[in-house]
Amino acid sequence: MRDTQAAPLVQVEGLKMYFPVHTGILRRHTGNVKAVDDVSFAIHQGETLGLVGESGCGKSTVGRALLRLYEPTAGRVVIDGEDIATLSHEALRRKRPTMQMVFQDPQASLNPRMSLSAIIAEPLTEHTKLTAAQRQNRVYELMDQVGLNRRFANRFPHEFSGGQRQRIGIARALALNPKLIVCDEPIAALDVSIQAQVVNLLEDLQDTLGLTYLFISHDLSMVRHIADRVAVMYLGRIVELSPRDDLYARPLHPYAEALLSAVNEPDPDRAKTRKRILLKGDLPSPANPPVGCNFCTRCPKVFARCLTEKPALVQVEPGRQVACHLFETIHPATGSTGGSEAKEHLQHGVTQ
Amino acid sequence: MTDNSIAIPPAQSQLGAVWNQFRVHRGAVFGLIVLGILVTFVVFGPFLWPEEKLKVSEAMKVKNQGPSLMFPLGTDQLGRDMLTRMMAAGKVSLAVGFVAMIIAIFVGTTVGVMAGYFKRLDGPLMRLTDLFLSLPLIPLLLVMVMLFRDKIASIMGPELGAFTLIVFAIGITSWMQAARIVRGEVLALKEREYVLAARSIGAPSRRIILRHILPNVVSPVMVAATLGVAEAIITESVLSFLGLGFPPDFPTWGRLLFDGLQYMQLYPERVIWPGLAISLTVLSVNYIGDGLRDALDPRIRGR
Repeated sequence: MRDTQAAPLVQVEGLKMYFPVHTGILRRHTGNVKAVDDVSFAIHQGETLGLVGESGCGKSTVGRALLRLYEPTAGRVVIDGEDIATLSHEALRRKRPTMQMVFQDPQASLNPRMSLSAIIAEPLTEHTKLTAAQRQNRVYELMDQVGLNRRFANRFPHEFSGGQRQRIGIARALALNPKLIVCDEPIAALDVSIQAQVVNLLEDLQDTLGLTYLFISHDLSMVRHIADRVAVMYLGRIVELSPRDDLYARPLHPYAEALLSAVNEPDPDRAKTRKRILLKGDLPSPANPPVGCNFCTRCPKVFARCLTEKPALVQVEPGRQVACHLFETIHPATGSTGGSEAKEHLQHGVTQ
Repeated sequence: MTDNSIAIPPAQSQLGAVWNQFRVHRGAVFGLIVLGILVTFVVFGPFLWPEEKLKVSEAMKVKNQGPSLMFPLGTDQLGRDMLTRMMAAGKVSLAVGFVAMIIAIFVGTTVGVMAGYFKRLDGPLMRLTDLFLSLPLIPLLLVMVMLFRDKIASIMGPELGAFTLIVFAIGITSWMQAARIVRGEVLALKEREYVLAARSIGAPSRRIILRHILPNVVSPVMVAATLGVAEAIITESVLSFLGLGFPPDFPTWGRLLFDGLQYMQLYPERVIWPGLAISLTVLSVNYIGDGLRDALDPRIRGR
């Protein structure tokens, strides 16, 4: 959060990503799966924005739409001054080097028939006019950067462990000196011991190269470790967007509260007093979300207004945005009362 | 630390690695040797065993002979040397088999990749495939040969014309299986994350297809191709049998097989030799395909 005055590197406004549903014998368009429904956020240069939420809430779709791997249904995605969502094919191709992606499954994201140096060199052959020798040198540089032995250059992906494969994926993403890297659950498929290595590598690279991350994950403790700000998603919408420390100390939105109460507490004494908020019911279908607040079917603090009206994401405290009617009513009162209010509701919800 | 820069083994050439793995596959090497012998037999055999020009009256005296020094494989019902005919027939059969297979695989792979990769083309191309699959093969071939034989023969001469027409006809009527297999594979492959990664890099479709999709559909294509060779040789013999392939005096393995069929009980060797040649070709091509498929896969290579 250096100079918030400067324009953010990434500015997403009203991003919608609907997948059409075709049914019947004529495959008529009968509805939409609203994977991402009106999402707005900004990421500043050098910052890490964590994006958390349960499976199927649209985290990965946001990441992919951000790089226009999907064609967004609506909205603007301004990256480094250009609206990605409306760029022409060729302009988008030239824009690709500034934004890269690290994928979830390091096994599936590497072509099994290409050698390591061919994989890392692919972006270079695509976007630069380096000679073969220069390209090979750059590949060696990148391998050094991510901690891969240069002797592995001619091996194939199946000969590596999961952590090493993820390093290959990171090296490939770094090849073109991007400004933004979307990390789509980069550690989900790795062992816990390797997760820390990869996350530390990502942090080191951020320090040395000044990278900006969108870090998508469902691992809340890992997000706490790496992110500066965290956005919590539920059913295609951001429910809370807060600085990391504030969110983990005192989540505002009932869903964020429930989600964070699921994080394991390493201290056994404190773990005894920890209150788990168990949500009832299942995630509603994104093809048919509730009329009101998306969370109203499971919210422990639901009241009449929630069933009829979708709350907007509004700033309730400096730097904290929440989409919940509970906070709209007390806004613009001070944040602390909002917090105690929330606690009361929490007690209420648990005893119910 | 610094040993990084010292010992980087030079990249082994792709071709070298493939050959090294291929050599390990015993069946493939066996197949390559057998196919090599067959090709040598049909290509260089005629130079070593020149055809004897017998008059019709002389030929009639030596008809239906068993193996002898003069006729190692015997003679047929018209007194023609079977060895000479086997060599001449093999040249045509092998050429038809391989060229028709190449056409079928090329068309099939192209259609399959296009249908699988480009969603818009999927419907039309697969319906076209269904259309070809539902056509009765033999009548279609009959019509094609009927319509085009004379025209092509007048341009390219009767033998080359017949060859072109048959190869084209067989190729154009046997690509559908390959297309379906390839389409299925491509549909699965294009959702893989490495294809997504290539797109996020900004690689254009054609390069994604060439670099990421095609190398990964090699295995099923290889299987379809090896089976295709056998099928093409058999289909050619069926056509010749129906009098629509090559002219009657023009030997192919399939034709020899059908000619020998009438005399099978008296002279079984006349069926055995062409049958053996066809089987050996098919078998060796199958093993070579098997070995190639393994050798092209880096996951199996180096085990």
